[in-house]
Amino acid sequence: MNRMSRTRRARSAEAIARVLTGIAALAVVAVALFVLGYIVYNGIAAIDLTFLTDVPRDRGREGGILPVIVGTLWVTIATAALTLPVGVLAGIYLSEYAPRNLATRAIRLAITNMAGVPSIVYGLFGLAAFVLLAGFGRSIIASALTLTCMTLPVVITATEEALRQIPQDLRQASLALGATRLRTIYKVVLPAAAPGIITGSILGLARAAGETAPILFTGAVFQMRRLPEDLSSQFMSLPYHIYAQVTSVPGWNRTLVWGTALVLVAGVSVVSVIAALWRSAQRRRVKW
Amino acid sequence: MSLPPSHGQRRLGRTTTRRAAEGVVRAIIYVCGWLAIIILAAIALFLIWNSVRALSEAGLGSMLSGTAWYPTSSPGKFGMLPLILGSLFVTGVALVVAVPLGVAAAVFISEFSGTGVKDVMKSIIEFMAAVPSVVYGLIGVAVVIPLVKDVFALNSGMTALAGGIVLGVMSLPTVISISEDALHAVPFDLRQGSAALGNTRWQTTYKVTIPAASSGIFAAIMLGLGRAIGETMAVLMLTGNAAIMPTSVLESVRTMTGTIAAEMGEVVQGGLHYSVLFSVGLVLFVITFAINLAADLVLERQRKRWRR
Repeated sequence: MNRMSRTRRARSAEAIARVLTGIAALAVVAVALFVLGYIVYNGIAAIDLTFLTDVPRDRGREGGILPVIVGTLWVTIATAALTLPVGVLAGIYLSEYAPRNLATRAIRLAITNMAGVPSIVYGLFGLAAFVLLAGFGRSIIASALTLTCMTLPVVITATEEALRQIPQDLRQASLALGATRLRTIYKVVLPAAAPGIITGSILGLARAAGETAPILFTGAVFQMRRLPEDLSSQFMSLPYHIYAQVTSVPGWNRTLVWGTALVLVAGVSVVSVIAALWRSAQRRRVKW
Repeated sequence: MSLPPSHGQRRLGRTTTRRAAEGVVRAIIYVCGWLAIIILAAIALFLIWNSVRALSEAGLGSMLSGTAWYPTSSPGKFGMLPLILGSLFVTGVALVVAVPLGVAAAVFISEFSGTGVKDVMKSIIEFMAAVPSVVYGLIGVAVVIPLVKDVFALNSGMTALAGGIVLGVMSLPTVISISEDALHAVPFDLRQGSAALGNTRWQTTYKVTIPAASSGIFAAIMLGLGRAIGETMAVLMLTGNAAIMPTSVLESVRTMTGTIAAEMGEVVQGGLHYSVLFSVGLVLFVITFAINLAADLVLERQRKRWRR
């Protein structure tokens, strides 16, 4: 009798636990869907050709966001061009060259800690180091360098993880054929690890494209008449545009701001979700 | 009689140039490898260097214990306590939102769901992490602020509560994915052992799996906390930014991050206020560094424990 009730209790506890944790998971899903739905619902009305190809008028209350989109692309591509080579080389160092010692442990610790440094602190660093000390002024290059510091840990970690998943046999086979270590990395290991490196890096760069705090003092501006011409221009940017509209334009145009948010989120999340799905598909397909 | 250069000699030449090139590339790789430490050290140095004026003129002790933040009065008052408390209030609310929800969702994903559900949940969490903070801020302005205003019958919904709720949602991906990793890392044998003793799935989960993963879950909470303290744009748009000593979460607060973002645009470069903002950044850096270091050490210990 006692055993029976204990079993029954365990069973109902099991059911309750499943339901409660399930509700928590559902709540998370609901919040995510609400966020997505709310942005799409409010933003979709703004999306038309004028919005995507016109310049902002009346401090952003009218017109479009072309220079805003172009500015975001400029700074993101510049960030990618800076981050990818350096990050991949750093990942190669950690996976292929780094000895197992205290120094390597310190490097890893630095990488995880870099990922946790608040974005506004990167903004301060960028202002002091790149805008003022290096003399780049408020510019695309200063912002891109700041975002590079922020994105590096993501690219390094992605590269190292991707390289670690390449079996040792491949490297040994290449070395046995007389290839040097570097040539083995370049010809055999890197191509095999490329999907993992690329997807991980895209996730990091997408996040960089949505960051506001690091570009706040390093080059983003509220209004620009022309498109940026080179890396030393200032630029408009999607996240900064949203922030500036909401906080400093009285009577900001709801539709246009939500449209801007939709463009930003669509750009960032579509790229990230595709990258994430592609990576998990690759992982399932390629079994070493 | 001149011999044509032997095959062996030509090869040697090629090998030498290649070896030189490899040396150069290897040197570059080594430098890049060390770059993380260099950048982190540079961040610390720049923050300290720019804080020197504030530290010598206003003094660290009086800044950290001062309760008045009037940076533009003359002489300026730079008491950071309202800002630190503001950050703590907002972060506290965020943790109340993110920890129970996040850990429970992680338990569900790791212990009670199949591969298909798991994949869907992971994509959703990936999406939540990818939404930029300024967009969360915008949603907060449109949804959470009016909600808080109506529910608590306040004059303004711009409160620590509104900022904290949004911040909690933003910390969810961190808390869930790292907790889930920690639960997932618990060896399957332990679960099987528990099941063999007649435990149900849930009994196994709370008696075996969660205790075994507890340090990882703790690290997940720490990292969520770090993310919440360092978050800027959403709190800047949602908390109202009144730099007064907060007494409840239904008041407007000003966080450390929000202060830097709001005031740096208007200060004289190299002035005292400018330097004080860098010292706020330094305090923030030290706090998040300590949190991340602790979380990292905990995770590392856990990783060693399950490595075989």
